[in-house]
Amino acid sequence: MIRLIEENDPSAFEMLKLLYPYAGQAFIIGITGSPGVGKSTLIDALITQFRKLDMKVAVIAVDPTSPFSGGAILGDRLRMQRHATDEKVFIRSMASRGQKGGLSRATKDTAVVLSAMGYDIIIIETVGAGQAEFDISFLAHSIGIVSIPGTGDGIQAVKAGILEIGDIFIVNKSDRPDAETSVLELKMMLNMRRPNTLAQNSDLSLNWTPRVLKTIAQNGTGVKELADTFLSHFDFMKQNGSIVQKKIELERLYFNSLIKDLALEKTLLFIKKSNDFKDALNKIESGSMDPITCAEHVVNNLEVTRKPEPLNSSR
Amino acid sequence: MGVAKYIKDERGAIKEVIYQSGIKVKPAYGPEDLEKAGFTYEKDLGAPGEYPFTRSLHPQSYRSRAWTTRQYTGFGTPEETNERFKLMIANGQNGLNVAFDLPTQMGYDSDHPLSEGEVGRVGMAIDSLKDFETAFAGIPLDRIGSGLTINAVATIMMAMYQAVAEKFGYSKDQISTTPQNDILKEMIGRGAWIFPVEHGVRLVGDSIEYAVKELPKSNPVSLCGYHIRESGATPAQEIAYAFEIAKAYIDNVVQRGIKPEDFVGRFSFNFNVYGNLWEQIAKFRAARKLWAKMLKNEYGVKDKKKLFLRGLFGGGGSGLTKEQPENNIMRGAYYALGAALSGAQTTALCSFDEAYTIPTPRSALLSLRTLEMLMDEVGLRDTVDPLAGSYFIETLTLEMEEKILEEMKEVQQMGGMVNCISNGLIQRKVSKQAYEFEKGLQSGEYKKVGLNPSTTEDSSPDSTSGQTEKTDVELHEYNEDWAKKSKANLIKLKATRNNKDVKESLKALEKAAKGSDNVMPYLVKCCHAYATVGEMAGVFRDTFGEWNEPEFY
Amino acid sequence: METKKTIRVLIAKPGLDGHDKGAKIVALALRDAGMEVIYSGLHQTLEQIIQTATQETVDVIGLSIMSGAHLPISKKLIAMMKDKGLDDVYLTVGGVIPYQDIPKLKEMGVSEVFPGGTSFEKITKGINSLC
Repeated sequence: MIRLIEENDPSAFEMLKLLYPYAGQAFIIGITGSPGVGKSTLIDALITQFRKLDMKVAVIAVDPTSPFSGGAILGDRLRMQRHATDEKVFIRSMASRGQKGGLSRATKDTAVVLSAMGYDIIIIETVGAGQAEFDISFLAHSIGIVSIPGTGDGIQAVKAGILEIGDIFIVNKSDRPDAETSVLELKMMLNMRRPNTLAQNSDLSLNWTPRVLKTIAQNGTGVKELADTFLSHFDFMKQNGSIVQKKIELERLYFNSLIKDLALEKTLLFIKKSNDFKDALNKIESGSMDPITCAEHVVNNLEVTRKPEPLNSSR
Repeated sequence: MGVAKYIKDERGAIKEVIYQSGIKVKPAYGPEDLEKAGFTYEKDLGAPGEYPFTRSLHPQSYRSRAWTTRQYTGFGTPEETNERFKLMIANGQNGLNVAFDLPTQMGYDSDHPLSEGEVGRVGMAIDSLKDFETAFAGIPLDRIGSGLTINAVATIMMAMYQAVAEKFGYSKDQISTTPQNDILKEMIGRGAWIFPVEHGVRLVGDSIEYAVKELPKSNPVSLCGYHIRESGATPAQEIAYAFEIAKAYIDNVVQRGIKPEDFVGRFSFNFNVYGNLWEQIAKFRAARKLWAKMLKNEYGVKDKKKLFLRGLFGGGGSGLTKEQPENNIMRGAYYALGAALSGAQTTALCSFDEAYTIPTPRSALLSLRTLEMLMDEVGLRDTVDPLAGSYFIETLTLEMEEKILEEMKEVQQMGGMVNCISNGLIQRKVSKQAYEFEKGLQSGEYKKVGLNPSTTEDSSPDSTSGQTEKTDVELHEYNEDWAKKSKANLIKLKATRNNKDVKESLKALEKAAKGSDNVMPYLVKCCHAYATVGEMAGVFRDTFGEWNEPEFY
Repeated sequence: METKKTIRVLIAKPGLDGHDKGAKIVALALRDAGMEVIYSGLHQTLEQIIQTATQETVDVIGLSIMSGAHLPISKKLIAMMKDKGLDDVYLTVGGVIPYQDIPKLKEMGVSEVFPGGTSFEKITKGINSLC
């Protein structure tokens, strides 16, 4: 079914609609960060931790599609392959297929499926965040941002706006000498962030204080603490009800993006069949009219021809 | 693989020559090139046998002794291997080279599920000391040294070698073993690794330390640029990476308070020879010089003998083709010529059919004759380093040195070899190069005679130029009986040995592995108690975990 | 909108043999041909390969076998694929394969065989024509 989702097959949507009521129980964790910081190794260690607590874990690992060939090597799985025969672990590699942020609606839809399948934790791994439309912040309940010491990632994070969306900041390869500096830098910058959130939420108890943790993913140092911190974030959100808010927000974002996609598809299809369109194309090709006037004309002539039906909740 | 890039004009004249290592070659060289490069005899060459040994390690080189050739053995059961050993010794060979099957190399016993189909196939199946006793029965271990092609579990095999020698009444300071023991190259290019990088290096360090203190006649590490080149590295990288790997091991041992002087002299190298002839020669001359300089300047080694880059230059598998296999006979001859012109002390040649089969006796003999001919007939013993002073070769050697140092610097800037391998940086580079080269081969950008259309037109009616005949691959027959026998032996062993001793010795091993004690003496005890390879490697697996390989793209 | 389905391939290295250069360069070539490639890494058990192929819903499993054990491994894997319901997944085998074994492999159910030295073009065409 995940293939159908990836291929934008309409039958996938039908199935998704059926599954939707059953989804929503899973705790979705986003792990993002620049290439080479050790996300896959970290996730591999996290899987081990969550399995120790007898949780079912799913991972969606997203890798960039080559802009030249349209192909991709999906290799995050390599670092997690020892879990390949664990019945309670599901690892799915996905290619970004041209989506800028690296994620696509397919990722969300896949998460829905996995959630409906009963996975307790869904980890989404991606590169880069806070930049594009379909972002990790649209998908995950809790976001971990991974960096390594000495790369100035902290400053980069501020620039990219990542600081706003991260819940847990992870300094990996923390056996490196400048690890402490990185941690301090991050803490400092996070302190500067707090006033923003305060303004948004009058109820202080809804604010999760972002944590900064040190790990050495390769040998598992700090991973138990990390797993516990994620779980405590989840608990935190459940206890103060912010999880509900979050879920509603995620649904809203998903809805908006779906509208965009579906509307665009439908409209384009309609337009391309219309005479207006063909006429306009001719005018452009013969040079008798400029593209701006033509486009405005075509779109202005659109009319809704179908009588709207009420949205029924039962199916 | 390994051929230079030739850019030609419409008439077929060569406009540009670019070696794999990145060096561009001029149409002609003269004294001005040497001057420009700042070449001086004393600084850059030295007399044969004198620092920096560019010309040769020994003043007389082949004049005093022809090169040594090596032949691998070991397959199937220890019994058959023992017979083969005795035959070779009777034929005058004074050193054994032992190959192990994949399960042994990967630390599994013959009854492990992953061993299926592999027991005894590419080498000898060793499960315990009992098998070593069979394999080395009647071999005078005080006179005959053994090279062991083993890496991830080299510590175990070294310990077992000592144990078997002791069982036969020899003492550990009499025996000579040369395990390949180069785990970092496995991680780049051969794939027979088990544990994560730092633990692999720790084990190498343990074996070197132990050899220094307890096995005076042994050569604990053979640094293999060979496999790194086979997986896509350029000739300059082959040397650079091997040297950086050596540094990783040296640094580990130095941390234990042992001076480099005490052990680097026992390192040996295994380098490849195929592709462009001049590039190979320059590579080896530059390597000798750089190794000596590095040891002297960076590690304070003073004793002249310990600055030697000892090693085997040979092989050349990647240069051979399945198509028109007889061409490989000539290729082998040219590669051997390259090795001889480079002053290789030890050499081996892939036989012409090795691209598609285990060498037949006939092809193995052809390789041997190829090597003999160079020494005895064609004149390669006549004088030391005959190409010295050539404007081209000396300029090229200097440029090669620069290239090697450049590649080494890159590794250093990326945090050193251990870091680079853990993060997959070297693997990525090497895979990409292998891919680019293969694409170039398939598109005709790189020329391989018999593979792409040839330059010389052959207008005779029965010529086969342009056609490629492929010979079919022949494989070793896998012998089910070997596996059955090994498994039966295992059952017998476990029933008759003192399992309490085994348990205790394994526990002590575990403690050492978890801590920082040298694991070697504990391994020797385990071997004597007849612990199996799988059990000992199992302790390491449990303690160190298995390596998760990084991405390669 | 009509777009051709993107082909997903699992390149797998079963067993203990560590020669992965061929597998890696083919993976790169398939990527450059527009496919999504999942590389399994070395030392894979057949169970791991089946699980990976299932979770990743690949169109093709490409085994890379340099050790000569292609006949027993392919036979076993095909049986496992049937058992686990991977009927719509194609199996291709590459590596050190004698020509005389190609018909034997095909008879077992292997869809395509690419012995070492097969051009990237041929491999890409072969996989494309299967899917």
